Amino acid sequence: MDSYGDLVAADDVLLFVNAATTSTGQREFHSDAGEQRLSLDFLHAYMLGNYRDLYAGVLALDINDHNAVLIIRQLLETTGEATADQRRSEGRLIACRLATLPPQRVYGLFNALRRAGVNNRRTRAIMRDWLSARPDLAFDAVKYRSGLKRALRHAHLAPATEELGAFVFAPLTRKHYATPLLETWRRAHYEQAALYELPYTAAEGFAAKHKIPRKVFLERIAPRMTRLETLRLQESAHKIGIAGVQADLSRMPLTRLATYVLSLPVEDRLRRRAELTHALESAADRVAGSHRGSWGKVTAVLDDSFSAFGSVHKRRRPLAVALACHYLLAALADTYTGLWTSGRTDALLTRPYGPTPLGRRILDALDTTPSRLVIVSDGWDNAPPGLAAEVLRIWRTRLDPKRRTSIVHLNPVYDAADFDVRRLSSTVPTAGIRDAEDLPALVELAQFAEGRTGLAELVTYMNTRAAQMLSGHQQEQAR
Amino acid sequence: MTTLDLTGLTARPSQVWGAVRLVPLVRDEPVVDLRLRSQLYGGATGLVEVGPRAVYTSYIPHGFVATWTDDGTPAAAYGTQLSTDGNAAPAATMGLHIHRRMARRQARDRLRFLPMNLALEGYLALHFGGPSIAWEEWSQRAISQGLSPRVEEAFVGAEVSGLADALRIFEIHPNQCGVMLYVGDALASAFVVPHPDDYRALHPTLLQDLYGELIYTYAMLMPPVQDFRARISDSQIRSLAHLRTAVAEQEHDWTCFHDTTMAAGLLEHAYTWQSVYRMRRFTLSRFLPQFRLQQENYIGEAITDDRGRIAYLKTFRLSETQVRRGHLLSRLAANDWHLANTAHELGIECYQLGIRLSSVGFNFLLRQDVMDGYRKQGRTRTGRARHDQPARRSK
Repeated sequence: MDSYGDLVAADDVLLFVNAATTSTGQREFHSDAGEQRLSLDFLHAYMLGNYRDLYAGVLALDINDHNAVLIIRQLLETTGEATADQRRSEGRLIACRLATLPPQRVYGLFNALRRAGVNNRRTRAIMRDWLSARPDLAFDAVKYRSGLKRALRHAHLAPATEELGAFVFAPLTRKHYATPLLETWRRAHYEQAALYELPYTAAEGFAAKHKIPRKVFLERIAPRMTRLETLRLQESAHKIGIAGVQADLSRMPLTRLATYVLSLPVEDRLRRRAELTHALESAADRVAGSHRGSWGKVTAVLDDSFSAFGSVHKRRRPLAVALACHYLLAALADTYTGLWTSGRTDALLTRPYGPTPLGRRILDALDTTPSRLVIVSDGWDNAPPGLAAEVLRIWRTRLDPKRRTSIVHLNPVYDAADFDVRRLSSTVPTAGIRDAEDLPALVELAQFAEGRTGLAELVTYMNTRAAQMLSGHQQEQAR
Repeated sequence: MTTLDLTGLTARPSQVWGAVRLVPLVRDEPVVDLRLRSQLYGGATGLVEVGPRAVYTSYIPHGFVATWTDDGTPAAAYGTQLSTDGNAAPAATMGLHIHRRMARRQARDRLRFLPMNLALEGYLALHFGGPSIAWEEWSQRAISQGLSPRVEEAFVGAEVSGLADALRIFEIHPNQCGVMLYVGDALASAFVVPHPDDYRALHPTLLQDLYGELIYTYAMLMPPVQDFRARISDSQIRSLAHLRTAVAEQEHDWTCFHDTTMAAGLLEHAYTWQSVYRMRRFTLSRFLPQFRLQQENYIGEAITDDRGRIAYLKTFRLSETQVRRGHLLSRLAANDWHLANTAHELGIECYQLGIRLSSVGFNFLLRQDVMDGYRKQGRTRTGRARHDQPARRSK
């Protein structure tokens, strides 16, 4: 039997996981960036102070990069407070997580540590290990030169080669570089043709310097763009009449793809319906993997009310998550029904519009007698307010006390005032969701939120996840 | 003299943000032959649908400033106007060139906002033109110019704390053609337009509207208002169908509650209607309350169709002082601006009425010597009264 303290701890950790999954400290529909950041900072300080082990363990869960960076930073800043054991396990978790973070975020983190004056031995060792594991430092030197420079300087590291050192600290003093990429970068200062062999972001600066017309530049740099750069620039390139920048949609991750689809005007979506639908379905299929068709009869209530717009910083993010969930659930389910709050039936044409009559829509969903009901909503229910909670409560207590239907609420938006994602009802578990790809894991995590399992199970779960991450990391390194 | 009738408009569940409550009003059939003129926005929003239309009538809500005059100087509409032709300039405009600034800051957070005020003032002046009969007490100015120009102060919506956020996060209903705006659960204004597209375009302009000082104070001081959350008693529920019925009841209950309780102050009182302009099947009229002291009082304007349904409505909640002024003026007007008769009706002396008039800011209406006489009378009478009282008690 768990003690009261354990239950509180389990609750706190779940609350923190929800926050760390959904909040990025940016403006949301209902709260601004300042409130978000303040609220998040408090949670981090609270977790670090009370449950250091669990706090570090959260790194192994599907939290977002912003919070992963914050956790790593907090852990490194308070190295002195950790025991030797804690340092060892934390160090492993941090190294694993850093390896999966995008490099620009890691360089940003190193810079933040530098500004905060964190320069303990562990920090330096972590920086050293991460840099030595980079596949191509010359590439980093070109693309993230200032980041790399600051990291090297802050951690007192000698550059891998003497030439790299010269490139980072005094780049234009040399007449020639032996490393091809560095040499290209040097030549790009004088020769237009050379810049097309550089990474897109570095080349963009040179293109401006040489006053190359945008059209010519985009056409020729297209093969050097990363997948996301292509996706991001596809529309603007299309507008100035370049066909060369064409993202391969079939390889895109699901939520990213959903965001892209929602950014298109309705006419474009109609015109490219077959292509987009196929891309979304195949992305969902990839995520579902071996679980495809194993979830039985699933009904989803998806929020496409006006608040699903998110904010100008997270444009249509909640709606994109809902759309991605729609396709993923269709892949996971045996029989699937997707109900949008606006009553629209064509998922591809969805847009944030109108109020949130969640209660009515949940009723419609329950009418289909599903074995699983998934609600994706920001938790604001306003037509009328609180109706969803009442419907769910009565369903749980009076109509389905034996829990034939499992219900889970997934919320893509962090509510700064409540330090958690907003709940619809206490009878239904709520979990924060960042990417639709995490949906299967979250549905698993949501059962903890229902209060039926205690701290012991939660710790076991987190340890398993950590072990998975560590072993995955080691395999990667061995290769 | 009839009440406001919101038939055809259904109140939907309110949305709350802080002390502000917004109640959407939804129309089953939008009015399609009365639309807002698109030129008002200077072409920024392509609002009016292009298509075959039998009748096209547009209205210009007051408070919008546009380049209507031929020489390009800004002008404000003198109240709401109706026009058939998209290009014709409105009949009555008030040039703004005489004023140095469009909006003038009066105090730290109080703004005098001309376009709306002109409409408001002009509208008040239209009704209370001043004495229609030259009784001897009235000053020359009152007789020749009436109450115009009159200055009324109000707060611009942007200064009402929390209103901007509430409007931003408000989720507009499909077919929504209006809104009732409550602050601290006091009705601040009602706003109805004929078509959902018009509403969409005008939703943000609620922020530029004027609100009485009561609303401003409530927004500052009131704690967040409660949501009316749905409550379903679960003892009766046996099946999903039952639950569905209970849900429908909940929604119906809210509409009833809103119309009979929350909006009672606006809907249940009679107004004096003045028809301003008639065009095809639409009538533009303005209405005045009965000026009941220490109660909710709204002035406003409305466009009604041939069946008497509201196509356009905008109300303004008067502040306490405005109500007092309106009360005095309405009494005076009812008695043909005869001071003695009015005083008799109010149950006070003539000099007391004079002092009341001056204390609410109508000093200039009475001739200086008459006013001085009243003041003197007031001083001596009250002085004697104070002197008399102890003596009476000692008897």
